[in-house]
Amino acid sequence: MMRGQLSSILKVFESLQQVDTEGVEPTGHTTEVRTVLREDVAAESLQRDGILKNAPESEAGYVKVRPILG
Amino acid sequence: MGNNGSELTGLTAHEAQELLTSGKVSSVELTEAVLARVDEVEPRIHSYITVTRENALAAATSADEARSTGNVEGPLSGIPVMVKDNLSTEGVPTTAGSKILLGYTPPYDAHVVSQLRSGGAVIIGKGNLDEFAMGSSTEHSAFGETHNPWDTDRVPGGSSGGPAAGVAASECFISLGSDTGGSIRQPAALCGIVGMKPTYGLVSRYGLIAFGSSLDQIGPFSRDVRDTADTLSVISGHDRRDSTSINSPGQDFSGALTGDISGMRLGVPREYLVDGMEPGVKAAFEKSLETLEGLGATLEEVSLPLTDQALAVYYIIAPSEASANLARFDGFKYGNAVNDVPTAWDVMDQTREQGFGPEVKRRILIGAYALSAGYYDAYYKKAQQVRTLIIREFAETFEKFDALVTPTSPTVAFKAGDRMDDPVSMYQSDVCTIPVNIAGLPAISVPGGMSEDLPVGLQFIGPQLGDGTVLRVAHAYEQATEWHRLKPGI
Repeated sequence: MMRGQLSSILKVFESLQQVDTEGVEPTGHTTEVRTVLREDVAAESLQRDGILKNAPESEAGYVKVRPILG
Repeated sequence: MGNNGSELTGLTAHEAQELLTSGKVSSVELTEAVLARVDEVEPRIHSYITVTRENALAAATSADEARSTGNVEGPLSGIPVMVKDNLSTEGVPTTAGSKILLGYTPPYDAHVVSQLRSGGAVIIGKGNLDEFAMGSSTEHSAFGETHNPWDTDRVPGGSSGGPAAGVAASECFISLGSDTGGSIRQPAALCGIVGMKPTYGLVSRYGLIAFGSSLDQIGPFSRDVRDTADTLSVISGHDRRDSTSINSPGQDFSGALTGDISGMRLGVPREYLVDGMEPGVKAAFEKSLETLEGLGATLEEVSLPLTDQALAVYYIIAPSEASANLARFDGFKYGNAVNDVPTAWDVMDQTREQGFGPEVKRRILIGAYALSAGYYDAYYKKAQQVRTLIIREFAETFEKFDALVTPTSPTVAFKAGDRMDDPVSMYQSDVCTIPVNIAGLPAISVPGGMSEDLPVGLQFIGPQLGDGTVLRVAHAYEQATEWHRLKPGI
C-alpha cells in the first residue's frame, strides 16, 4: 500500500517543474535568520537527573547505549 | 456560586475573568466545573491525552490566593486551559501523540507553557493530536482518535484536534495548538471556534516538539477573537532560546480590536475557491463577503497563481525538515526504547520500527528521498525556490490589500475513516491554509456560517507582523454575526 501512496505523493511534486525558477534564490526561513550570539556567561541549565531519568540506561552521570560494534 | 456548571464552562475566558474579578466565582470553582465537564464528555470526545487534575486544582488555589492579595497576573489568571501534547510540560508526560515517546517526562517547560504559568493560567491537561502533528484529522494519534463535538462520527480536523474539540466542547476555555500547514486553523473551522496562527517567529518554539521547523508556529484556540488576542499577548514576545524568535517590541493585540474596518481593503484570492469546495461552504463564504462589505470594507478579487504549487512545496519542505528533526528519536536518550537487543543499531532500528506510526514513516521516507543526493535539486532546492516566489507573490498582493479573506477549509468536518487510505486527499484538506505557512504569515479562522448543521470557517490572512490587522478584521466580522455563539449539542 505504501508504495502506491508514495508514488501518488511524488506525482503531486511534479507540478513544480512547470514553475520557472531560473536565478531565484531558495528560501530556508521566512524571517531574517542571522547567527545569534550571546555573552559567554555561566547560567543555570537543566538538571542532569531530570534528563537521565528519561534514558533507558545510564551510568555515572552518562547515557549508556548498547555496543556500537558488535 | 450563582451559575450552574454547564453555564460556567461555556463562557468565554474574558467573561469568566469578569466573574473571577467580581468575586462571584473562584478559580477553584471554575476548575472543578471544567473537570466535571471533562468527566462528562470525554468518553464521547477524547480531546485529552492526559488530564492533570491535582496540578490544575493546585494552580487554581494559587491563582485564588494571588487574587486575594491583589496580584492578578493578567487575562488568563485563574482560567482553565489545555495545551497540545507536543508542548513540553515539566514533570507531566509529553507524547506528541506517538508511542515512541511513551514514558517520557520533560525536565523543562516550553516557553509558552512558562508564559501561561506565570500568567496564572490553570493547565487542565494535554491535548490529543495526530502523531508528531502530521495529519488533518487527529486519526493518526497513537492514543485514539478525537471526535468532533458537533457530530461524533466526524473528525475534529487536525493535527490539533484535541485542543480544538476541547474548546468547542467546553472542556477548557482556551487551548494552545501548533500550526505547520493549517493544524490550528483547519480544526478551528471544523469545530466552530476561533484559531490563529501568528506570524512565524512571533511566538517562541522553545519546547515545541519540532515537525517542520521553518513552518511550525504555536497559537491559540478560543471561543471569540478577544480571547485569542488576550492569549497572544500572554504567549508572544522575544525568547533567546529560539533563534528565529522575532525581537520587536510587543504589539497591542487587544487594542487592535476597534470594531472598525471601514475602508479596509480586502482581497479575495480566486485560487482558494478550489474545485472540490462544497456548495454549502461556498454559499457561507459568499454571505460572509456581503457582511464584510456591509461593514464598509472594500472587496476585490485577486489572483495568486502559485497557490496550486504551494501544496507541492509544502509536501516537500515539511517532510524534509521532519526527516531531520525526527532523527533524534534513536532510543538512547528518552522514550519507549527497544533496548533488549545486541547493538545500538538494533536499538535504533527497532525503536523506530515499533514506535513510529504509518503516516510518520511515510513522511520520513518522502523527506529522506527529497533530500537525497540524486533528487535534492529537483525536489528540495526547487521547492525552496518556489517558496521564494510564493513569498514575493504575497508581498506584492499586500501592497494593494490590508488582508485577504478566504474559506479556511474547502469542506466541513468529514466522516472518520474517509480519507485514511488516501494521503493525497487528506493533504487536500489544507489547500487554503498551507500557503500561509510557506510565507510565514499570520492568519486566523473564525466561525463563518453553517453547512449541513456543521460549522464553516472563514480565514483572514495578513502580511508579516500584520497580526493586529487580522485580529481587527476577524473581530469586526465576528461582532457583526452570531456564528461564534453557536454551540454543539454535546
